Amino acid sequence: MTSGPINPLAITDYTLTTALGVGLERNWSQLSAGKGGLRPCTFAGIDDLETWVGEIDGLDALDFPREQQSYDCRNNRLALLGLGQDGFTGAVSAAAARYGAERVAVFIGTSTSGIHETELAYRSLAPDNSGLERLPADYCYEGSHNTYSVAEFVRRTLGLRGPCSAVSTACSSSAKVFACAHRAIAAGFCDAAVVGGVDTLCLTTLYGFHSLQLVASDICRPSDSGREGLSIGEAAGFALVERGDATPRGMRLLGYGESSDAFHMSSPHPEGDGAVIAMKTALERSGLSFGSIDYINLHGTGTRGNDTVEAAAVCRIFPADTPCSSTKGFTGHTLGAAGIVEAVFALQCIEHDFMPETLNTRRVDPDIRACVLLQSRSGAVSRVLSNSFGFGGSNCSLVLSGSDA
Amino acid sequence: MNSVYVESVGLFAPGLNGWANSTPVLRGEAAYVEDELPRYRPTLLSGNERRRATDSVRIAFGAGEDAVHGRLDEAARLASVFVSSGGDYRIHDQICRGLLKPEKHISPTLFHNSVHNAPAGYWSIATGSAAPSVSLCAYDYSVAAGLLEATSLAFADRCDVLLVLSDSDVSEPLVEKRPVTRPFAAALWLAPQQSDRALARLTVSLSDGPARQPDPQVASLGTLCHGNPAARVLPLLEVIARSEPGSFNFPLASGGAMHVHAAPVDRD
Repeated sequence: MTSGPINPLAITDYTLTTALGVGLERNWSQLSAGKGGLRPCTFAGIDDLETWVGEIDGLDALDFPREQQSYDCRNNRLALLGLGQDGFTGAVSAAAARYGAERVAVFIGTSTSGIHETELAYRSLAPDNSGLERLPADYCYEGSHNTYSVAEFVRRTLGLRGPCSAVSTACSSSAKVFACAHRAIAAGFCDAAVVGGVDTLCLTTLYGFHSLQLVASDICRPSDSGREGLSIGEAAGFALVERGDATPRGMRLLGYGESSDAFHMSSPHPEGDGAVIAMKTALERSGLSFGSIDYINLHGTGTRGNDTVEAAAVCRIFPADTPCSSTKGFTGHTLGAAGIVEAVFALQCIEHDFMPETLNTRRVDPDIRACVLLQSRSGAVSRVLSNSFGFGGSNCSLVLSGSDA
Repeated sequence: MNSVYVESVGLFAPGLNGWANSTPVLRGEAAYVEDELPRYRPTLLSGNERRRATDSVRIAFGAGEDAVHGRLDEAARLASVFVSSGGDYRIHDQICRGLLKPEKHISPTLFHNSVHNAPAGYWSIATGSAAPSVSLCAYDYSVAAGLLEATSLAFADRCDVLLVLSDSDVSEPLVEKRPVTRPFAAALWLAPQQSDRALARLTVSLSDGPARQPDPQVASLGTLCHGNPAARVLPLLEVIARSEPGSFNFPLASGGAMHVHAAPVDRD
């Protein structure tokens, strides 16, 4: 396998919607002001789960296009809201006009897509005349629960005709979409791609992570000595990527690294071997040395296992004073959308020469020796590494920079 | 235009249990008999992991282990692409039923088995492979999506890739909404360069369509081929088994097509 320097991808437009707000500006104003978006969980009438969530309001009240009715579900409503911000659809239309709609691919990461529709449909399971249990007539599996639903909804909404896939590798999904886009462009299957991630709150993840004892009853406090676990959030983020040598515009994806832990389905490798491979490969592809990363956006879920192992892995590679923070105290862990959320935060950090604090964290765990920022910091940020790790031992690291790096 | 070489094929489906056993059927030399598929027992997983492995993991292993048979020492270096049009339907059924109960209990194993990349996770554990792995879904267009990703990965990283296409059958009550009634799994070991093991060369490109899902030459495989999204790869497997050239236009969601040309590889 080769992982030498690659032709960078140009990231010519991007947008973000999280519990911090709708669109880039609101997200940045909250992030830079140290104001989080988490609140105690009341999602879907839940009253037996003490936890905090990053919930996005107003999705039920959105006008959903009639011609896409079969795709109507919470996840696609969030995708629709996200796509409508920051002039993103206009930028995609311009790219489709430039390259041809069939030359623009779509790669969307999600972990649970519209599974909440199935959770709700099961409440209405009823036997028919022959005694067979039936789901409600208006329930549409293809347009909601199916993992591909959100990718196809995005493709249709943007009017694109290139190849289209949902990438579903749990919490690394929407970091890996950048790798998929880079490969597909390098192989000549497309000239540009819309990449992104959309995941919404659902009972499966709230109660599922709870059963693994990974959900905090307290608010998420990444790297804190008293951290209890994660807070779950929802988000939609998208980026338009093109060949770097085709345009001087835009930010840059300099490198990506993917690896598998080959250790356990839901626990990270104890020494972070998989994480180290992902970070090193991303650096090799970017042609950068270990000392040239200005800031690391950690996966930083707030679980005891992830934060210790990730910090140890970071310290195996990077100088001890490399500033790091986790932004999951702001947004919650947005699972299949975490990769794009944190890639967009990384791009904004570069634009604003700013490194966000690790919100809610009071005292860094003494076992964590990485330079975890408890206060935000202003200073030159040219190159950022962003980590995303998921169940199944799926790891992905991205190296991002400004256009002139 | 991108070319990759098929180093080996794995197959695990009703009446097509193993590539070597199935080639006479795919060549039209033996009748297709659709028999019950036994529950696959992965040999590469340790006892604990094997007990936790779900049906969808097992069928993916049925094809994957068949494809790497006899070359296990090389399995750890294979990048992988796992494609399923729907993930593990039975796990989602159990989770949704669990959520209806007052205590809303989901077991930890059930939850970690519910991720779309569960087969990929078990595979990397089984083979000790730290190589990149992508898990995809493209509904009824998943075969084309998988071929595109695997070809791109082999091209960009100059590495061998194991492409696993698998879909389990759907249980009640979802089967009414997603009528997949037979399990199917196939695995293709794809290499960027020709070796003396190569069975065929695949050249993959996109076209503006229109396209129609290709039919298998063996008419009795039609029900399986059209009844499980992963089994749509069967017409391609037939020409590989026959060492014949063949051209296929696999439909894409966009209305376009993925053109796959298979050519036999000359051997001395």
